[in-house]
Amino acid sequence: MAAMTKALPRRLVGLASLRAVSTSSMDTLPKQVKIVEVGPRDGLQNEKNIVSTPVKIKLIDMLSEAGLSVIEATSFVSPKWVPQMADHAEVLKGIQKFPGITYPVLTPNLKGFEAAVAAGAKEVSIFGAASELFTKKNINCSIEESFQRFDAILKAAQSANISVRGYVSCVLGCPYEGKISPAKVAEVTKKLYSMGCYEISLGDTIGVGTPGIMKDMLSAVMQEVPPAALAVHCHDTYGQALANTLMALQMGVSVVDSSVAGLGGCPYAQGASGNLATEDLVYMLEGLGIHTGVNLQKLLEAGNFICQALNRKTSSKVAQATCKL
Amino acid sequence: MGNVPSAVKHCLSYQQLLREHLWIGDSVAGALDPAQISVLINLHCFQPYVSGFSVSLVGSVACIHWETSQLSGLPEFVKIVEVGPRDGLQNEKVIVPTDIKIEFINRLSQTGLSVIEVTSFVSSRWVPQMADHTEVMKGIHQYPGVRYPVLTPNLQGFHRAVAAGATEISVFGAASESFSKKNINCSIEESMGKFEEVVKSARHMNIPARGYVSCALGCPYEGIITPQKVTEVSKRLYSMGCYEISLGDTIGVGTPGSMKRMLESVMKEIPLGALAVHCHDTYGQALANILTALQMGINVVDSAVSGLGGCPYAKGASGNVATEDLIYMLNGLGLNTGVNLYKVMEAGDFICKAVNKTTNSKVAQASFNA
Repeated sequence: MAAMTKALPRRLVGLASLRAVSTSSMDTLPKQVKIVEVGPRDGLQNEKNIVSTPVKIKLIDMLSEAGLSVIEATSFVSPKWVPQMADHAEVLKGIQKFPGITYPVLTPNLKGFEAAVAAGAKEVSIFGAASELFTKKNINCSIEESFQRFDAILKAAQSANISVRGYVSCVLGCPYEGKISPAKVAEVTKKLYSMGCYEISLGDTIGVGTPGIMKDMLSAVMQEVPPAALAVHCHDTYGQALANTLMALQMGVSVVDSSVAGLGGCPYAQGASGNLATEDLVYMLEGLGIHTGVNLQKLLEAGNFICQALNRKTSSKVAQATCKL
Repeated sequence: MGNVPSAVKHCLSYQQLLREHLWIGDSVAGALDPAQISVLINLHCFQPYVSGFSVSLVGSVACIHWETSQLSGLPEFVKIVEVGPRDGLQNEKVIVPTDIKIEFINRLSQTGLSVIEVTSFVSSRWVPQMADHTEVMKGIHQYPGVRYPVLTPNLQGFHRAVAAGATEISVFGAASESFSKKNINCSIEESMGKFEEVVKSARHMNIPARGYVSCALGCPYEGIITPQKVTEVSKRLYSMGCYEISLGDTIGVGTPGSMKRMLESVMKEIPLGALAVHCHDTYGQALANILTALQMGINVVDSAVSGLGGCPYAKGASGNVATEDLIYMLNGLGLNTGVNLYKVMEAGDFICKAVNKTTNSKVAQASFNA
């Protein structure tokens, strides 16, 4: 096959020396990793059962006590689209705001941004995508048009001294377009960064990525945006999340998104799992001697709490192994 | 996109699927056969009913892998040792009838897997699931090009295995004294004596012997296990004649750092080509650990279809890494395995129905509708 022939010369050239490079990459892992906990937003958003406001608030408070430094609290989106997030203002106002912890909220448009600020938000997130079709289906406009919307938010945020985190969806594949080129991801990421986002979270939205593709994508993006401004957001739909995250760490990324108990399914594959479980991520990072600041025991308690509230089993393997039946 | 197959994308229309992806499964093992094509034709794909933030999906998908550049430094070919029928079933509560086991193994034989661990010639008092070891060994169809090793804990088991037609055997050591004592009621030293008898007899009869080292990254009784101990035990098994040593993270506690340290130690004494890793997914670390092993040059990986088998040391926990999820990663990395993911998923579906459990494979969960 043409593709195989194309790949062959690369495999043959200097295999031994290339192997040396890849093993030494383990020695260049970051000393600490910032975990961005997206369970209360990305996780709950994709759970079928609607959870009450007090339960959401308690979950976030428990996550704060577990030592997480960034907890995405809610989404200021219309309840028509995302009923789970209808109580966004109450949640943001109701949670305890621990010093040293930030509580970003999603704001898809200027209206959402203004409502978020009114409710006390100090940090917001905006959601772009590396796929035209996904953007069209998800927020009903082109990538270029979405940038115009984001620009309005970024300008308003700048005036109000509010930090903005950017997300890029579909970085390793799109449920509509299929393959996504690393160059496209780099282009969208660069744009969000230059518009003023302090950090860009690169999301494998449908979890189709594998470590080689993660590496290719990050190589392209890191030519345009400094590694310190990047995060990865891996979904575990095909069981690849932790391996992909490991690859990202080896490439120099030191911010990882995850969701307590692996909350959230995948809206594009019925019955499939969604986010990488924070417990499993923390387990790996601790085993690697990487500092996270997270108390795994308290995190497990938070996961246990929300799973009971949702009447579902945890998707975290660590939680499954630790629970005594 | 080239002509490296990227299999069914679960949100494209099925017409587009057939146009672009008729060669699903053709990447490194076997072309799509007519039965698979007809399944694809029957796929309804994505039918959006809500725009915006949520989309509904109807239908199923075989697998997804994309054309990819090769991750530099990885082995070109990875041999998968399928341990579902033995390690997997051994840890399943439901006793599976002999004919189902045979059908299961026969299906696995047709997926492209080249090594399938069939059963264990252990006393049925200890492992009731393996009581029918002789019938299974005699009953399976031994496909050319596929090997069917069996576990033989002692000389008695070995002779029975040979009488039943076994042409390859495995012995199970451990890097932990406590584990050895609790599991097979003797010290590591004593167990080596027993294995030596078995392996020597095997070699005498030209039967290859594979050695396993349990607790390579941690022990349920002792906790931390030193890489030096793992190396010592591995070296004993290798020098007595085992052609390959499978290093097992028996309780799945390992992480990439401990995997690396252990392998660095073992690789000083045993050639890379004679090593395999056997990772359990009890703490969700298996694929990350396997990736680490691959980066260090290991090219033999054990796994169990559907992630069969729980963990006897952590009730409710998962066990083996799922073969489907492993293949998905290897395919994505552009590594050859010779195995057809779709056929493995079908075999997984078969055994899960027989054992009345849901699969532990994420790829299978994402691909088949509940």
